[in-house]
Formats: sequence, structure tokens, C-alpha cells
Amino acid sequence: MQHYSGFGLLKHSLTHHENWQRVWRNPTPKKKYDVIIVGGGGHGLATAYYLAKEFGVTNVAVIEKGFLGGGNTARNTTIVRSNYLWDEAAYLYEHAMQLWEGLSQELNYNVMFSQRGCMNLGHTLQDMRDIERRVNANRLNGIDGEVLDAKQVQEIVPVLDCSEYARYPVMGASWQPRAGVARHDAVAWGYARGADAHGVDLIQQTEVEDLIIEDGSVVGVKTARYGEIRADRVGCVVAGNSSVLAKMAGFKLPLESHPLQALVSEPIKPILDTVVMSNHVHGYASQSDKGDLVIGAGIDGYNGYGQRGSFPTIEHTIQAIVEMFPVFSRVRMNRQWGGIVDTCPDACPIISETPVKNLFFNCGWGTGGFKATPGSGHVFAASLAKGEMHELAKPFSMFRFHNGALVDEHGAAGVAH
Amino acid sequence: MSQKNRLQDGGRIDRSKPLTFTFNGDSYQGYAGDTLASALIANGIDVIGRSFKYSRPRGFVAAGAEEPNAVVQLGATEATQIPNVRATQQSLYQGLVAASTNGWPSVETDFMGLVGKLGGKMMPPGFYYKTFMFPQSMWPTYESYIRKAAGLGRASKEKDVDRYDKMNQHTDVLIVGAGPAGLMAALSAARGGARVILADEQNEFGGSLLSSKETIDGKPAMDWVAEVVAELNQFDDVMMLPNSQVNGYHDHNFLTIQQHCTDQFADRAPNGAVAQRLHRVRAKWVVLATGAHERPLVFGNNDVPGCMQASAVSTYINRFSVVPGNELVLMTSNDGAYQTAIDWHDAGRHVVAIVDARKNPQGSLIDAARERGISIMVGSGVIEVQGSKRVTGVSVAPLNDVGDKVTGAIAKLKADTVASSGGWSPVIHLSCHTGARPVWDDEAIGFLPGPTVQKQLTAGAINGVFTTHAALSQGLQAGADALAHLGLEATDSSVPTTEDVTQGKAMALFHIPHNKPTSKAPKQFVDYQNDVTAAGIELACREGFESIEHVKRYTAMGFGTDQGKLGNINGMAIAAKALQKSIPETGTTIFRPNYTPVTFGAIAGRDCGELFDPKRFTAMHAWHVARGAKFEDVGQWKRPWYFPKDNETMQQALNRECLATRESVGILDASTLGKIDIQGKDAREFLGRVYTNAWAKLAVGKCRYGLMCGEDGMVFDDGVTSCLGEHHFLMTTTTGGAAHVLEWLELYHQTEWPEMEVYFTSVTDHWSTMTISGPNSRKLLEKLTDYDVSKDHFAYMDWKPMTVAGVPARVFRISFTGELSFEINVQANYGMHVWNALFEAGEEFNLTPYGTETMHILRAEKGFIIAGQDTDGSVHPFDLGMPWAVAMKKPFSFIGKRGMQREDCVRADRKQLVGLKTIDPNVVLPEGAQGVFDPKAPIPMPMVGHVTSSYWSACLGRSIAMGFVKGGHDKIGEKVYYPLADGRVVEAEICQPVFLDPKGERQHV
Amino acid sequence: MFHIFCPHCGEYREEEEFHAKGEAHIARPLDPDACRDEEWGEFLYFRTNPRGIHHELWVHAAGCRKFFNITRNTQTYEILEVYKLGEMPSVVAE
Repeated sequence: MQHYSGFGLLKHSLTHHENWQRVWRNPTPKKKYDVIIVGGGGHGLATAYYLAKEFGVTNVAVIEKGFLGGGNTARNTTIVRSNYLWDEAAYLYEHAMQLWEGLSQELNYNVMFSQRGCMNLGHTLQDMRDIERRVNANRLNGIDGEVLDAKQVQEIVPVLDCSEYARYPVMGASWQPRAGVARHDAVAWGYARGADAHGVDLIQQTEVEDLIIEDGSVVGVKTARYGEIRADRVGCVVAGNSSVLAKMAGFKLPLESHPLQALVSEPIKPILDTVVMSNHVHGYASQSDKGDLVIGAGIDGYNGYGQRGSFPTIEHTIQAIVEMFPVFSRVRMNRQWGGIVDTCPDACPIISETPVKNLFFNCGWGTGGFKATPGSGHVFAASLAKGEMHELAKPFSMFRFHNGALVDEHGAAGVAH
Repeated sequence: MSQKNRLQDGGRIDRSKPLTFTFNGDSYQGYAGDTLASALIANGIDVIGRSFKYSRPRGFVAAGAEEPNAVVQLGATEATQIPNVRATQQSLYQGLVAASTNGWPSVETDFMGLVGKLGGKMMPPGFYYKTFMFPQSMWPTYESYIRKAAGLGRASKEKDVDRYDKMNQHTDVLIVGAGPAGLMAALSAARGGARVILADEQNEFGGSLLSSKETIDGKPAMDWVAEVVAELNQFDDVMMLPNSQVNGYHDHNFLTIQQHCTDQFADRAPNGAVAQRLHRVRAKWVVLATGAHERPLVFGNNDVPGCMQASAVSTYINRFSVVPGNELVLMTSNDGAYQTAIDWHDAGRHVVAIVDARKNPQGSLIDAARERGISIMVGSGVIEVQGSKRVTGVSVAPLNDVGDKVTGAIAKLKADTVASSGGWSPVIHLSCHTGARPVWDDEAIGFLPGPTVQKQLTAGAINGVFTTHAALSQGLQAGADALAHLGLEATDSSVPTTEDVTQGKAMALFHIPHNKPTSKAPKQFVDYQNDVTAAGIELACREGFESIEHVKRYTAMGFGTDQGKLGNINGMAIAAKALQKSIPETGTTIFRPNYTPVTFGAIAGRDCGELFDPKRFTAMHAWHVARGAKFEDVGQWKRPWYFPKDNETMQQALNRECLATRESVGILDASTLGKIDIQGKDAREFLGRVYTNAWAKLAVGKCRYGLMCGEDGMVFDDGVTSCLGEHHFLMTTTTGGAAHVLEWLELYHQTEWPEMEVYFTSVTDHWSTMTISGPNSRKLLEKLTDYDVSKDHFAYMDWKPMTVAGVPARVFRISFTGELSFEINVQANYGMHVWNALFEAGEEFNLTPYGTETMHILRAEKGFIIAGQDTDGSVHPFDLGMPWAVAMKKPFSFIGKRGMQREDCVRADRKQLVGLKTIDPNVVLPEGAQGVFDPKAPIPMPMVGHVTSSYWSACLGRSIAMGFVKGGHDKIGEKVYYPLADGRVVEAEICQPVFLDPKGERQHV
Repeated sequence: MFHIFCPHCGEYREEEEFHAKGEAHIARPLDPDACRDEEWGEFLYFRTNPRGIHHELWVHAAGCRKFFNITRNTQTYEILEVYKLGEMPSVVAE
């Protein structure tokens, strides 16, 4: 793999950038792999990378129906944080957070992980109780966090309306300094490049049409473009398609796929230096390095695979943003889009064995999958390598919906629920 | 103040109305009818901004929505600042103040331009992914510099002074675009009797005709437009919306239109007028007559000011009477652009040459150019221009047949303007918003609208037909089609006559080759705003970014505020060539809303501030305000939180309120509790199914507390329900949960048990509820009623109808404080009267108003839960220590029963609600504190549950708390520790959660 | 924003008046106590969640408060039919 550095840029500028190597190959798939990962989004590519790099499983293919990182990885608001309430979720997201810190160096690809802090506002007494509860849990779990009062909030975010005249005045916030944002596309590309360098075959524009199941075990996949490709184990990481893949395997998942919309303003001069989220007022925003205000909308209530939602959801979000940040009123919305989020009843993911042997699913991340990308990939890779679930993944079995051991993160999962 | 580029006459400007405006601090003049862009060009302004990455000087390229460069800061005052306004779309008005958004110390002399020149070579696409990584600790520093360069304009520092409005519209036909096709469609639909909305982004209707010299029906085209507009204005059911962008096309034919009401004419809306209005339109049919944007060609240094779209040059000349230069070179791949050279020539300026990439162009426009003696260089292209802040000359070279190689010697020509045309890209944006994939058309050399499930028709240039005749006839047809779909009949309309124009075949050309390879040639810009070059696109493809989406994301092509209107097709063509694929094989990215940026304030409309969310008040609210109450938001309600007196602290107020209630009598405004009236012969059975406890035997006149669970067995609401009659009950819910509970009841009734006869009605707002509580509450009530409320006649958990303070009331003897309590319910509009009467009568008992906080303390002293505070959706009644509220033996398997018996729900070590007494009685545990059994355990510490409720109890003279503890019900008397953020570790003893009067003697008096 | 025909009101109304309530025809088991945990979990949480034809429950929350069913394509968002509770869909996936 060609090493990237400022010096390399200088060197290549002398040859007019004509000699950069390909970031990844464009291979024709083999007949058989040790592991096939269906889905070349951030999570799938991270899984492939760690499988090859950490667990020595290099005979791996990632099969992607479109382009790498083209699903929710390409459509999210890039927030990274680990301030989850319950131990099981906190451990998983913090595992991801620790991998984020140093990911650019690990991948030799600048994913622009920018730890500018994340603030979850409280507007009611119950909000503040929940914030205290969550921050205390974070602290005892070794996750950074503090509770801010309204005055401290105002100091960190001067453009936020912290006055008593707001409809729901800001009472305080939780604050995770290590949280932040990252460049979403770069995460997929960095993992893809790393996986490719370790021998993983990245097969794009190839849709999996069926799973081949023999005697209750998965033995491969059927594709439109290359026919059958066999594998000892198959991991499905196909947010927005999980139920469709599960149906091929003959089971149902506890998921509903909903549109989740987001939008950006036109680029403006830096004005918002951190991530501000409000569950109560239903809006969240950060500002990208390019100057766009990146704003997340709520989830639409209906099932939808159309990568678009309804306009009132956008209206409510903008109302919340203008209510929180009155000076944004004359800023203009440039573009909106939608992703498809597979939501679980407890707002936690499924990283799990399935009723089919050797078939594993990693799905149900709902509105918050991006932040978990490295951790999700890492524990899923470990599970696929050994054929048994990683310790951090065990609480997220799909079978928890049978015995009732849910991990209810609706409070921490954010705006959308 | 000279307008050196302004022509003496002609154009659609009003020379009798001069307007003064300011740009970058200098004062200029223009005319009514100008855009900011045309006025600046008239005044000879070349450099309007600086590019984002390389800080190169940039000028005007276009005359409409596709303009990438002329993006300015607008606003005469701080409160009226608008970032990123496209000068080509902003009407000029008296006193307009605009400034460039980048450039230091000025847009003319920009220091960053130097950085761009020197460092530009090191900034290919994606360079930031390849560097700034070492050492890791330096990234925040690198990033702070990157961030300094961010953004175009700036947000205001002050609150917006303008108002925005919304309007819901229903129409038969919405026509988008009022060019020849749209006007004709509108005329046809309106004549046929349809309700029509015609919206156009420009300040005048006419579209392409506004800047055209052609004739329709033998008259100047704009005369025809005026006649059509006049006729349309006659129809009552036709709404004409100029200055209105249709920005989003959503499912089921729902579209949004942003109408600029005053902001096109004034810095701020005059006298409370609405600055912008968002129309939310439901259209039975939509006609997209959105036209096309001209594609400039891509060549070396094509971003130097003076390089423009050919049609924009014509627009400035014909519509605004402004010639943007003196010496024109026109480069084209098609006939149509010859018109620009003709217009330039006819305006009295010199056309240096027409450079046509085609070998043998033939057609009437070419003849017209030849007749004027304009020199035409065929089979050639402008491969680069000279100049930095303005074009000074061009290099022209012969090209091969397909236009991808320079085949001969380079000629240099002097020129200050280069107009170019690579053909037209249909404006298909809206047609893509609901997911339809555009389809490439070789004939049109552009993407056309793809198949859609929306009720959408298209007419004119959007379909890849670029003559006025085609636009008119397709418009007529679209109007007739819409009428047919609506069941209306088209009147006999015919297509107006136009001049015959013969046009030769256009050449599919996007990127003009240079004699050097693209990577070494001068920069050839594709997307101006993001500094995306042809070399950058080729590099992306070389590096393996082979999907068009990858190319777009890696190079940032199309991410600017023009969203790639100008450059995307050129970029796709360049990528396709680099990947050795056809354009349709490479595909296109999809357009999403908005077509052009929309003001946040306009999307928010009035639903901010006071109207962000309705406030709900009880009938006694004004009294609470007058008493100086502090309020708490609970759901949408404003509830009194506590009533401080004089200079009391909150705790002092609470102590006083608590003691007064326990010692004499207090009063709570409980009107906000949800109230649902339930009637029907199966009402009782229904209650038994939705509550966890038994209801079969609740007699008329009795009240009972109940817990409501989901099918998962987890508590989600609670409250007291009273039996008003054999088939009539009144259910109360939590304040925040009322709406959800009502929908829940309806859900089960309608979906699962429709055979049951039961009816639900929300009556929350019908009643004012005041709870008097304390040992003197009976004495107080007795003063206001003749009814016998003695212990023997009015027992605990009974309710009685009676007259209180002269009005009919329902009084419930229920208690959330553990004291003798009466909950008096009267019709809401009597509430204030009864409340006042109570205070009059209560003076002798020191009747004390208390709010939600004291209510919380008093109930916590009794160990009563608050759903939502002591529950979180993950606890069932047994976790709460409330097995008495669950009737497992009820015949019907009530909602929640099966769920709470699942394997994980019957674990012994579940977190269970207990009382907590701190060892130091003066320490009040913070709510939300997390408990541990071993305070010395290393981090991560095993946590055993959190504190849900915690207070100072003035009555007990100590702190009290409730919280969850793992296996807590079996750990009474044991210790639990709370390591706090400030380093303290609070030790507490696990106890029963009833701190006061465990036998309930106080309420049974 | 969807345009939804309420079969009880007999009119098209805007989506804002309605709430989507998930997959239709999920019947509560008649004898919950006889269900194994797995069966109860399936009833509670597991859904077909198809891409394409979906039968779903909606309520006219800000209107008549009545529940009804819709058959809708979850990819194109076309509403293919609206029918009352107790009725079966006429448009079904192949």
C-alpha cells in the first residue's frame, strides 16, 4: 500500500499527480472465500479490515450492490460519541471511540476525526435527571462526561438561545469532550483501502440475490453478476436491507426500516464549534470544516426504503434549529437527503448469530450506526473469525427479543426516537 | 458612477428609475429591472468573489440559478444579513448593500490567492485524506487552520427581524416555469377550466423569451407574453407566482414553493409585511416546464473573469442592456450559441471570432453571423485563456473530429470575453426528487426526466427540445393532457407561430483538450465553486474512484450552493471518458431538494418562539403567575413548580409548603392530569384488560389506582380510575402521557376487541382539578359544601357528587400525599371561582398553594412512584415493588401479563425500586446518582442502579430517596454507595420506600 | 408528504393528521399465557418489514381517531389501497 503523507503529496505534485496508485483493486471474485461480508458500507468494510489485519483471515470478499460506502455511511450526520446509558451499549460505543482515536494513523488515511465535543441539552427537570443519570453511568464506566448548567452551555455555544424566553429554556446539558465528528466517506474509503491492502476482495456493483443454505447452514451467496460465490461463513452488514436479506435466509428480524432525513445549510463562516443535540426540542446541529451546518432531522414514522421522507419532518427540524439558534433564521438550507435506518425496538443494534448456521447479522443500528463503525467492525470481525460472538457483542443477540433482555437506549440514542 | 457597460437603449430595465446600491463599500448605480449581477456588470465589476480552495479571482458566469461564483453577502444592517445570495437571482433595489464573501484584505487583492497559487499543486482532490495525520496530536491544530478557510458568507449576529409565512394550496395543475412552455400550458389548462398555479423563479414571466429577440405570432415575443399574462390574470382560479422557486417535489405530488415577497425589493420587510412565503402545494397534476441550463465548455483557465455561458452573455445584452466586455470570442459546439455573437455584434461591440468545434456547421444562425462579417474558425477550440482578473486573450487550436485532441498550431487572439456553449442540460432536478432516475438522451445530449410514479407532465426544454416552437407546442399538449386527466375538456387552442429556424447537428463536446495532458495543462474548471478541475476528476478515476458517486464525493463536485447545475454533466462526461465508458454507463448522481437554497426562517414559518409548541395553561394560571409561582414544563403544560414568598430560596419555599400541608392544609392545581371519560357496557371489562389489577368489582362511587403496561410488561403510565356508573368510568393519566394513553386505548379497542362496546373521550380540559390535602382539608371543604363529607359518609377511595362553592363538583377522596385529601373537580370555567372560594375559606387554616416539587416530596415520603421519573420503560410492576397492583389470576390475560413473565423479567437480580436513607441524614443524594456495592472497585465499576427521586424532607428532618438497586427487595438494611462527580462517596441504607406513616393512618381519618 | 384517504372520513387528508402504527394484521395471540417466550417475542417485535408491498396500520390521529389499513409500496411510497380493520387487502405481494 502506498504510504500517504504531506511529503508524498509534495513528491507527487512534481509529477502532476500522475503516479498515485489505485486505492483499491477491482477484482473478479474467486469461487470460494473463508468469509463473505455482504454489504460494503463502513461497518462491512471495517469488519473486513479487522478480519484481515487483526484476526488473520484474509481470504475475504466484501460484496456490495452499489458503490463502497454508499448507504448510510454516505448519508449520516457524522456524529461520534460514546455517552450511552447502559453498560452493554456504553462498552460497545466506547470500544469504538477508542478505535476512532488513532484511526487516521491506523489506516494511514485521514478520517478527520474531530473531537470538538458533543452536548446533549436538557430542557426539563426530567431531562436533567436523565442527564445526571447517564453522565454518572458514563463516569463510572470510564467514559468522559460532565453535566453543565445553562451558563456553562452558553459559554461553550454562544449562538445558542439559553434565555428564559425560549419555549423550552435550556436548563443544562451533558457534555462529552471526546465526542465529535468525522469525515464519513473517508471512513469507508480508509477501511476499504486497508482491507484491500491486506488481500480482501472488494466486489462492487454486485447484488446478492440469494443466500445459499444447505442443511441449515449458509454456504455462500448467489449474485446476479458472478453467479454463486461460496464461503464458510457469511456476515450480513446491510443497513436498510437487513430484513430483505433475512427473508432470503428464511427468518424475520425485529426491525423496521424507516427514512431518516438530514440536511445541510449553505457553507457559512465558522459559528458553531461543537455538536449540539436536543432530544426535547428535536434538533441537532454541528458545523463541518467546509462551513455547512449539518442538521439531523427526526425519523419518519412509516416504513420506507425510498431514501427520502416527508417534508413536515424537515419543517419540524428547522423549527427546532431556529428555536435553538435564532441567528440561523436567515441562513439557507442547501440540500436534504434521506437514509434508511433499521430500527430495533430497544434502540440498540443486533450483532448476532442467526437461526441459520454460519450466518451472522450486524444490523439494527437505527439512527446511530456511524459512530460505532470501528467498534462494530472490530467485534463483528472477531465473531466471524472465531464463529462465536465477541464478549461485547453477546448482549446484542437477536434472541434478546425472545427472552426480554433488551438494552433500552431510547434516552441516549438521540433525537430520532 | 458611470455604467460603462450599459447600452443606450433597449432591454427590460427602467432607465427612469435609477437605483443606488453598495458593493464592497463603494456606491454604484443601476436601474429598476436589474439584477445585482447585471448592475455590477454594467459598472464594470469583473471580480465578484474568490474560489473556495485556491482563492482564484472569479467573475460572473451565468445569469440565473446556475451561477456558481457570484455569491455575495447581502444586508444593510446586522439583523438583515443574508449569506450566499446569488447576485444573478437578486433583484436590485434602492439601498441594497452587498459584499464579496471571501478575500483578504480585499477580493481584488487576496492573500489567500497567493497560498492557492503556491500550494495549489499540493491540493489535488482528497489531499486532506492523505496528510495532516502526523503527529496525531497536531490534527486539532491543522484543523483549526482548515476551519478558518471555511464558509462563504456569514450568519447574522442578531435575531431575524423579518417574518415568514406559510400557505397550504390545493390546485388542479401546478406549472413550474413560466417560459414559453409553461405559459402555454397554463393558458391551455386555465382555458379548460382547471385551477392553476403558475410559479417562476424570475421576477418576470417569460423565461427564455425575456432575453430573446424572436417573434411569436408575428409580434416581439414579450408582447405575446404580456398578452398571455393578461389573459391568465383574468381567471379567478389561476394563481400567478413570480419570484417563486419551486424547490422540492415530494411524494404524492406535494411541492414546496418559496415565494420572495419583499426580500427581492427591500433590505427588510416593510411594516410587518411577510418577507417570504412558503407555499405547501398539493397538486393533482404537475407540469414541469423548467427549461434548461446552458453548459459552458471546459478549457484551460476557464475560470478567469470574462469566461461566461454564451446564453448569459445574450441575457445581459438583450434583457439588461449590458454588454459584459468589448472583444468577444465565442466557442460553441452547436448552432444556438451563434445568437450570442450576433447579439454582441448588434450591440455595437466587436466579435473577435466564433470558434466552432464542428468542421462544417450549417444553419440559419450561422448564415446570419456570416452576413455580419463575423469570422468563424471551424474545427477548433479555445484551449486556454490568458489573464488573471480578466481575460486578456485566448489560445485557439484546431481539434480532431471527435474533439479530444489538439491537431495543429495554436493561434493567439486578443479578447476580454469568452462565451462558450457545450449545449443545454435540461433542468430535471424536480423530476428526480422522488427517486426517479434520469435517462440519457443522445439526441438532446443531456439527461431527461426518468419514469416516475408522480402525476407529472413535462414540456419544453426539460424534454431536450430547444426551440420556442417545440416549447409552445409541448406546453399546449401538457395543458391538454392535464385537462384530460382531470376530466376537463381542452378548448380549441392552437400553437402560436414562430420563426422557422434551421439548425445543424450539435456535437457532444464537454472538455476541450489542451496540447498538454490534462494533468499538466492549466487548470480546467468543472465545478467552479468547489474548484473541481478536469485533472482532479481524471485523478479520482485513476485512483480507483470509479463510481460517479465516488467521483463526486472525492472531488466535491456538485456540492456547492449551485449544486452542480453548471458543471455536473461536464464532470460526468469527463469521468466517463477517463473510465472509458459512455455517459449513461457512468450514470448520474441524483438531485435532491432543494432546487435552490431556502431560508431556514421560511421553512420554520411562524412556528418558532411563542408558537414553537403550544403552551397549555390551567384555568387558575393567572392566579399562579400573580402569586409569583415558578413554573415547570410538563408536556406542553406550564405547571406551578413552587410558590416562593418574599426572598425565600427554593428549599425554604418547599419546606414551608410541605410543613403547611402536613400540619394544616395545602392545595395543588392538578388540572393537568389527563382525564379520559370511558363509557359503554364493556367499559369495566376493558379496564381489566388494560390495567394490571382487578376492576371487576369496583362499585359505583369507588376509585382505584391502576398501573398500565405495554405488552412487554413494562409500566408506561398510571393513575386513578373512578367508577361513575355501572358502565361509566373516569380514567386519569399522567400529565405528559394523556394523548398516548388515549391512542393506546383506541388501538386495542379498534384492532383487538372491536366487539366490545366502549367509548373513550378526552375530557382533560373540561375540568379544573384542585387537590386540598392535609389534616384540615375536611374542615375547609365543609365550609364550602352542604354535603356530608365526614369520614363515615365519605370514605377513603370514594368519590361523591356535590356542590362546592355553589357549583356542581365531583370530589374524589384520594390521596397522593398520604394526608386526608379531597380532589375537587369542577367544570373548567368555574375553576378560578372555586379556587378563590377555597382561599377565602382557607385563610383560617393557612391554606398554602404548592407546586409540583412539593407534590413530589410529599408523595416520595409515602413511597408513591411517578411514572416517567421512577420508571423508564424498562421496569415492570414487580420491579417497582407493587405486586399488589397486579392481579395475575384475572381471567383475561391482561396487557403486560405475558411480557412480565419472560425469562429475563423474572431474574432475581433485576434492578428493583427501594427506599434509600443516607447514613448522614443531612446529605441529599443527587437524582441520577449511580449506586455501587463496592466503592473501591476499579473503573469500570459495576453499577447496581440509580437514584430516581431524592429530596430533603422537612417533615422528617432528613433526606429521603428512592432508587433502583440490583436485587434490592432482598437487600433491605444493606448498604449501597454513590460515588459522585465531585469525589464524594455517599453511603446509604436500603430501606422500604415508605418513609412516613407506613400504616396509612393519616389518610384514613 | 403523503396524501391519505381516510376510509372513515371519506376524504383525502394530509399525512400530518395521521400516525403510522407499523405492520398491519399482527394479531395478539388469543391465549398469551400459552405462548412460549419465543412466540411472545415474535408477536411483540419481529416484523416482515418488506421492501415493496407493505400492509400497515395507520390512525387518523388528528381527525376521526379511527385506525385503518393501507397497502403501500415502501420503495415508491405509492398507496395502493386503503381498507378498514377486519378487511383483507386485495393487493398483495407476489
